[in-house]
Amino acid sequence: MTVADALLLALGAIAVGSGTLVVTSSQIVRAGLYLVISLGAMAGLYLVLGAELVAWVQVLVYVGAVVVLLLFAVMLTRAPIGPSADLDRPAWPALIVGGGVGLGLAALFVDAFRWVRYGMPAPGTTERMGAELFGNWVLPFEVLSILLLSALVGAIILSRPDIGAPKPEAAPKPAAPKPEAAPKPEAQPQPQPQPQPQPQPQPQPQPQPEAASKPAAVKQQLEKQPEPENQEDGT
Amino acid sequence: MHAVIPYVTAALLFGLGVYGVLRRRNAILVLMAVELMLNAVNLLLVTADVTRNDAYRGGAFALFVIVLAAAEVGVGLAIILQYYRMRAAVHIDDVRLDGENAG
Repeated sequence: MTVADALLLALGAIAVGSGTLVVTSSQIVRAGLYLVISLGAMAGLYLVLGAELVAWVQVLVYVGAVVVLLLFAVMLTRAPIGPSADLDRPAWPALIVGGGVGLGLAALFVDAFRWVRYGMPAPGTTERMGAELFGNWVLPFEVLSILLLSALVGAIILSRPDIGAPKPEAAPKPAAPKPEAAPKPEAQPQPQPQPQPQPQPQPQPQPQPEAASKPAAVKQQLEKQPEPENQEDGT
Repeated sequence: MHAVIPYVTAALLFGLGVYGVLRRRNAILVLMAVELMLNAVNLLLVTADVTRNDAYRGGAFALFVIVLAAAEVGVGLAIILQYYRMRAAVHIDDVRLDGENAG
């Protein structure tokens, strides 16, 4: 029983005890604060086990960000501050399954590792962790960065305020073809100046009938239309 | 050190997380229990670094799991808040997946 064992036992007891309070507390805010204690004790366990970078990332990301997000959600959903009775459903199935999983895994580990002593790990350095991350595991690292980006973009899209009202989409659809029909006469007069200079440079014989036939008919129609308007205006 | 101590701690925390996911009705508390389970797996990975003595491999995976947990919490809370905005409730017993009870 060394100092490391005593530290592991104490921090493990804190983590398991406050974890029990997380899943049994009848007040949501207190459950979140017990979660802080549990995650902090686990960061201490990582420190004892020699994974310093993981410990500090745990403190930064979990205790600093995730728990704050959870407490924000508690506030935004107007959860009851005091004790509330409707947080739980009947305990027996959860107790059987959860206790079975926890105690079964614990028995498995006890049987596998017994009371074997292991040498204390060397204190971790961020340099070696960085070499491991960007050497052996650089592809999962990049994939995870893309996953994090897409997850946060998805969270933003999910948070749009207009996502729950699909009904007013029926109104704009009949109005949509009208602006599509309107730009066509605007787009067709634009090739009109192009066929006129094209007969002067001769080396493009093939595009000329295609380009000239359609705009020519359009040109005639368009030229006929403004002429009576001008005549009407003139008269 | 005796590696069985953190291993048993991780197993008990994972059991607590399973218990919380099955027991709780409030969706935010379910997310907290999921965080407990993910942390138990992290502790398992970090402890495996010590016992297997190929250093930093489990630590790297623990960092990956932390990133995944951050993404999971972001998307999960967005879903919870959107559901609260539509139905004014966060009880996951009441979530109906057929979409018939709009409003």
